[in-house]
Amino acid sequence: MTHTPPFRLARGGRLIDRAFQIPFRFDGRYLRGLRGDTLASAMLASGQMLMGRSFKYHRPRGPVASGAEEPNALFGLGQGGRFEPNQRATTTALVPGMILRSQNCWPSLDADIGAVNNWLSPMLPAGFYYKTFIHPRPFWKHLFEPIIRRSAGLGRAPTDPDPDRYEQAYALYDTVVVGGGIAGLTAAREAAEKGGKVLVLEQNPVWGGRTPVDHKAGEATIQALLDDLRGRANVTLRRNTMATGLYDHGYLLAREALADHDPNQGIPRQRLWRIRAGHIVTATGALERPLAFACNDVPGVMLASAVRDFIVDYGVAPGQRIVVVTNNDDAYRTALIAQEARLDVTVLDARDSADGDLPQAARAQNITVLTGSAIAKVTGGRHVESVAVCDQKGEGKHTGTIDCDVVAMSGGWSPIVHLYSHCGGKLLWDEAQAMFRPDPDRPPLGADGRGNVTATGAASGDLRCAGDLERAEGATMPVWCMPANAPYKLRAKMWLDYQNDVKVTDVLLAAREGYASVEHTKRYTTLGMATDQGKVSNINGLAILSDALNQPIPQTGTTTFRPPYTPLTLATIAADARGEAFQPLRKTPLHAWHERHGVSWEPVGQWRRPYCYPRGDEDRHAAVNREILAVRNSVGTLDASTLGKILVKGPDAGKFLDMMYTNMMSSLPVGKCRYGLMCSENGFLMDDGVVARLTEDTWLCHTTTGGADRIHGHMEDWLQCEWWDWQVYTANVTEQYAQIAVAGPKARDLLERLPGSIDLSQQALPFMQWVEGDIAGMPARIYRISFSGELSYEIAVPAGRGLELWERLQEAGRDLGITPYGTEAMHVMRAEKGFIMIGDETDGTIIPQDLGLGWAISKKKSDYIGKRAQSRSHMKDGARWQLVGLESLDDRVIPDGALAVDEGTNPNGQRKTQGRVTSSYHSPTLGRPIAMALVRHGTGRMGQVLEFPLPSGEVLKGRICDPVFYDKEGARLNG
Amino acid sequence: MAEALATVARLDGLGMITIRADLSRSGDAIAEAAGLAIPDATRISTDGSRSLGWMSPDELLLILPAQETPDAIAALEQALAAEHALIADVSDARAVFEVIGDHASDVIAKLSPAHLDALPQDGLRRSRAAQTAAAFWRVDGGFRLIGFRSTADYLDLVLQSAACPGSGLAPR
Repeated sequence: MTHTPPFRLARGGRLIDRAFQIPFRFDGRYLRGLRGDTLASAMLASGQMLMGRSFKYHRPRGPVASGAEEPNALFGLGQGGRFEPNQRATTTALVPGMILRSQNCWPSLDADIGAVNNWLSPMLPAGFYYKTFIHPRPFWKHLFEPIIRRSAGLGRAPTDPDPDRYEQAYALYDTVVVGGGIAGLTAAREAAEKGGKVLVLEQNPVWGGRTPVDHKAGEATIQALLDDLRGRANVTLRRNTMATGLYDHGYLLAREALADHDPNQGIPRQRLWRIRAGHIVTATGALERPLAFACNDVPGVMLASAVRDFIVDYGVAPGQRIVVVTNNDDAYRTALIAQEARLDVTVLDARDSADGDLPQAARAQNITVLTGSAIAKVTGGRHVESVAVCDQKGEGKHTGTIDCDVVAMSGGWSPIVHLYSHCGGKLLWDEAQAMFRPDPDRPPLGADGRGNVTATGAASGDLRCAGDLERAEGATMPVWCMPANAPYKLRAKMWLDYQNDVKVTDVLLAAREGYASVEHTKRYTTLGMATDQGKVSNINGLAILSDALNQPIPQTGTTTFRPPYTPLTLATIAADARGEAFQPLRKTPLHAWHERHGVSWEPVGQWRRPYCYPRGDEDRHAAVNREILAVRNSVGTLDASTLGKILVKGPDAGKFLDMMYTNMMSSLPVGKCRYGLMCSENGFLMDDGVVARLTEDTWLCHTTTGGADRIHGHMEDWLQCEWWDWQVYTANVTEQYAQIAVAGPKARDLLERLPGSIDLSQQALPFMQWVEGDIAGMPARIYRISFSGELSYEIAVPAGRGLELWERLQEAGRDLGITPYGTEAMHVMRAEKGFIMIGDETDGTIIPQDLGLGWAISKKKSDYIGKRAQSRSHMKDGARWQLVGLESLDDRVIPDGALAVDEGTNPNGQRKTQGRVTSSYHSPTLGRPIAMALVRHGTGRMGQVLEFPLPSGEVLKGRICDPVFYDKEGARLNG
Repeated sequence: MAEALATVARLDGLGMITIRADLSRSGDAIAEAAGLAIPDATRISTDGSRSLGWMSPDELLLILPAQETPDAIAALEQALAAEHALIADVSDARAVFEVIGDHASDVIAKLSPAHLDALPQDGLRRSRAAQTAAAFWRVDGGFRLIGFRSTADYLDLVLQSAACPGSGLAPR
């Protein structure tokens, strides 16, 4: 029969408001729904049963379900930055002006060229995709892969940035009840009576779950429970919140929809709740299973529960003439409700007898009930037209035909066990009810080793959990294939996974080809791998597989249930961590000044450091050259505030630092500085910096920028775990100070121009000493240390005064050509001096000895961290690569990381190597390229030439030389 | 437009001193020098303009008006001269915010996993705010929150967005 109006019933629809019409657009057409509609109910009410195309065969599809399990009715929703693919029509509330687009079809949903795949279906069996990998070989790359890649994915990904905000929030509760149906609300009341904070989460905008639809007095019962709970101070009720995943230690993630329906109100669109729950009660209900009969995917074939939901909740008749096909009593509720809505109903019951309260009530209403009956086949293309009836026990011989426009099927119910299973809860097979349900003896375990999740109501397998509202029901008869002895021709048209087009025959084929594991079968056939994650298909699929493998269902078992329960928008997971708040951006006290002066930034950990300050038309390279020459010839300033500064104090501080550093720090006199190396337990160099001894029992350790927190943690680790009886305290004071390096031959001239109490003369403050006093009216500590090789002072002042000092310096040095310089100029100048850089010359496999830093390793100390490791044979191996300088034989810079090749090839057929470039720059000071490299036997090979082939095929040559390129005697240190 | 959940304001003019010492040995001396009782574990003791927070079993944080910092450091150093102890001025290393308003706890609950219901009136919680370290405690009408100076702008940004009008955590 044809699908005819009226689709919206004259009466009923507990969730809709008939006074408010809501216009929306679907594929360019203007349609109308009512306030309270979902997209699915509004479309059905507009006579639009065709809502999508399946993924593989592009078969026409209508909605099967009325909730989160819906596999077919998915749309592209919205436009621009708010476009979202794969939005479920059954759970998306209708909003005025909504724009929906159908997916996976071209040129249109009605006339989809991809539907040709349907006729090709015999050539596209389960696993065809994997078979294309194998034979014939060239076909994969040139034929199959391009086609499959183009057809992959159901909806289109959005291309514009999402304009909405999302947020997260944390909460702790003693009990969290997931599910606001009768079981959940009852459990919440029990928990609340025991005391403690209780949270109830409901995925839908309305409370009650199935009870208000399935039971006449349901609505009132739910209302009474809600009234009770709302009166309790220790209960929080949260709607529109989907519990998506349960993790260890009662960590529950839930997504609250705040403004999905109205993104323009300026509040976050969604909120991700990160909840710690003492105990979790899953009252998540159950999902109805489809029945596997031929052509069970024609639009109009729906779950029996969905048919009655549309009638009761939205006043929508999916059709005028309904065939209910079932293996249980519950589906008779659909028959009764449809009859009451004055729709025409016939019931086909696969069981030989049906004499429970509900079937008897149906018969009393003059509904035709045919027992022992089944659907042999559905006819209709874009819509159900009729069903061929047969005996369930037979092979599908037609015993009659019923004209109809909707088939309401029920293959029984499967508890929603996802949350229970996410964190290790085990299931058991309930033979009597033909379902997997949570095994109460093997729940997920909490930190105390006891179960921290309890399933209740339908989610626990108690399908009759509505208490006094229930009527007696007859037993469900498992029906995995309808009719039981259907031939291949019928089985090849029985859909299990609607979205991914997996049929009974596909699972049978997988079994024949040796896929005995349900996990393998899932991947081979793609059963349950679509965006609905097989909510309605998994159990039917594994039952078919069990049958084919001739083994009981529990032996086959289920696939793994993984979070999220329903898709979670990535934006909700990222929440505020986007744009400027993507990561904390650490700023030095001089950050704003750098920004005002045209800085080009370099990210260093979470800091931004000036890379250089290009002026006018300068590019970065030119700016760096200018900055270097200014420092070499006059004076420059560097923001060194990011360097780590760790105070180490106590009677055992010297002893402690002697263990931390390879060299001796306990012997450092007060007032002096010493460059130190820090190694890991494995002997590898991990940090370096200048240590200053402040008092008899206090040292200040400078670390690299990236090392500040890590080295502080490293120190505390050793103090707290190993040497807990040593009297040492540390404090990370990195951010207390702004530190400014003033370097260049005019550095002293410049500083002496600032008023202050400090004598900066060579005699008063020689190299590697520090002094405290006032400079420009600020309390300061000045270190005579140099990373550039020039006369250099590093001045530390309280962070809050850093900008003032920096500006005073710029002003006082204007006539000297004072030049702020960045990290790249610093890097080049240190390379000119042959100074190593942690992260350039080191990579976690380098020991100080490799770098010619043996002078910084104390021979007198009995121990330091890394000493034992450095005496291992491999560390003492003479063939280790050693640090050398490299002179390019022409004017080209040898690229950083380039490999020096050796004669011959290794067992993999690759060219052997004997070294690599670790730092490489053009030196403006010397007017030529300079580089440092690690080379096998390097220090003994001065003057030898190495070859560095580039990916382009060119070969650059470099001559091994001393790594100190500039001012070998160190005369410039004193200005 | 609804009002923000709370007003978020940067607070200047506070001094902070890190004290590391054996609190069982030096507690009395520190209390006398700081002018405040030694707080119990995870608590903060407050008296007028000064507060003394428990940071770890051997660490306290003295918070006071900035101009009193040098004298307080001198007093502490003198009081602990004979003990193994570390006193460090960290005033400039910190950024301080006040989050004041009826829904100030919602703002904190969006950024920190701390259990606010379990935070006593005199509790001090070392935790985080979104992706950066932060500590906070209760003040009249809301919270005071401290973080690192370098992340002050980030903290301001995440606190302001968490206080977005209309985004209260109460069920709707």
